[in-house]
Parts: sequence; structure tokens; C-alpha cells
Amino acid sequence: MTHPSTHSGQADKVTFGFWVYLMSDCVLFAGLFATYAVLRTATFGGPAIDSIVDLPYVLGETLLLLTSSFTMGLAMLAAHAGKKHLTLAALTATLMLGLGFLTMEVYEFAHLLGAGHGPGTSAFLSSFFTLLGTHGLHVALGSVWMLVVMAHVYVRGLVGGTRSKLMCLGLFWHFLDIIWIFIFTFVYLFGSL
Amino acid sequence: MTRLASYITGFALSVVLTVLPLVLLWMHEAGGHTYPSHTMMYAAFVVFAVLQMGVQLYFFLHMGEEARPRFNLMALSFALIVVAIVVGGTLWIMDNLSRGQHEQLPFIEGVITPATSND
Repeated sequence: MTHPSTHSGQADKVTFGFWVYLMSDCVLFAGLFATYAVLRTATFGGPAIDSIVDLPYVLGETLLLLTSSFTMGLAMLAAHAGKKHLTLAALTATLMLGLGFLTMEVYEFAHLLGAGHGPGTSAFLSSFFTLLGTHGLHVALGSVWMLVVMAHVYVRGLVGGTRSKLMCLGLFWHFLDIIWIFIFTFVYLFGSL
Repeated sequence: MTRLASYITGFALSVVLTVLPLVLLWMHEAGGHTYPSHTMMYAAFVVFAVLQMGVQLYFFLHMGEEARPRFNLMALSFALIVVAIVVGGTLWIMDNLSRGQHEQLPFIEGVITPATSND
């Protein structure tokens, strides 16, 4: 699907297979979103969503992730142009932005836990932590995976196998960005109304 | 449009689509939570999210450039249908259940006197 002209048939199959995985991941998140939507008012005396939303902070998280999606795109471009060092630089930037996002999210969670508002407080907080935690876990695993792919690019260069790994990682990263957009909308924007 | 220009356009659009709903929210708060109304705000948020998803799919994931037959698009469409059924169905059923808990059944009223004690 992405950059069909430069793809061999085998690499196309690999990216399509990975795409099918992403679509099933999408269904997993649908379940978590549905759970959150049902439980978001079940606060059981604990804090409600509007009291734990800090929109400027969330905007910061969102911009970090959006920018990381953009630098991931730049890494793809550099890889297609065969520029190894540029690819590695763009991936490093993506990784830094992703880790920045994770740091902000961990800080947000730590803040909630510190105030005694853990996932055990209410059904709402359970679903909140599950939805955001699952997304955060994806970003964390994606970051580890990015390190591995960077090592591949560094050692082997931009050969066929590395290229197709990079392509899958790119799809994964953009996909996480889309999931975050829906968290931003349905958790934070809806919650602050 | 070159690839780089396409990524830059996509990035600019995605930032605009993130900031616009926030501006709308601040307008809403400045207007004393009356205008734009809550329903309009919810609708606008959903529209911005869907547009944002479109931007990401088109500019970053290059969904528009796929060669036929478009298997990626088919997989995506199927996933979106499943998502709509799971989320829409859950909300529908749970909303009906929570309504049912508060409703007095009309044919029981007037026939059975409500119990005032536990015996």
C-alpha cells in the first residue's frame, strides 16, 4: 500500500499482513472505548473526568505524538531515498518525541495515583487507566521496537528486510497516532465539556 | 505534490484539526456554556476527529495511492464496521438497560400497591 513502486511482492504481503494485525488492534481499542463510554459516569464518589482533565497538558502530549508521526514520515522518505544517516536521525527524533509523550503520560498517571485516584477507585478510573494504559503500552513497545529497527538499519543498512521492518514500524506509529486522536476527542475533549 | 510536501501538508492539517476543537471549547466556555450548545460541541468534536483520521490515513498512511484491488482499504472498512457495531451496540444496549432500571412499568402501577415495609 505505501510506496507501491518501490516494493517487491513479498514486502507488499508483509505490510498487508501487518495491516491486518493493526485492524484487529483497532477492534481491541473499540472494546476499550466502548467500556470507557459506558463507565465514564460511574465515578463511585471518586473524581469525575472533568476534574482530572488538564487540557493544555493534553494538548502538549498530542502535539508531541503528532510531531513524532511527522518525523516518522520523514524517516520513511529518507529510507526510500537510501539515506541511512538521515533515516537514523529522523528515527531518533521520533523516539525522543515518543519518549517525551510517555514521560508526560507516566507523570499524569503518577499524579493521579499520588492523589489516591488509582484504577481501583471507581469503574470510571478503571476504564480510564485501561484505555490510556493500553495505548501507552503500545507506544512503549513501539519505542523498544524502534530501537531494534534502528540497530538493524545501523548495522545492515537499508536493505530489503530492514526496509520492510521499517515500513511496518511506520504503519504502527501512525496507527497509534490515530488511536490517540480518538482518546483526545472522546476522553479529554468530551470530558471537559 | 512531492512526498515531502504531502507529509508537511498532513502535519499542518493535523495540528490545525487538533487546535480548532480547543478554540471552539474556549469559545463555548467564554459564551457561558450556552453557545455553541453542548450538542453542537459534541458533534463538532466528532467531525474534527473523523477529519483528523482522514488526514492521517491519506497523508501519512497513503491510503489513496493503493493499487487495485485495494485490500488494505477493504480490511480497514471491515474493521470500521466492526468498531461501529461494538461501540454503537454497546452504547445502545447499556443505555436501554440503565433506562429500564429507573422506569416504572406502567401496567404494574395501580394494580400492585408499592410496599412500604419489607414484609
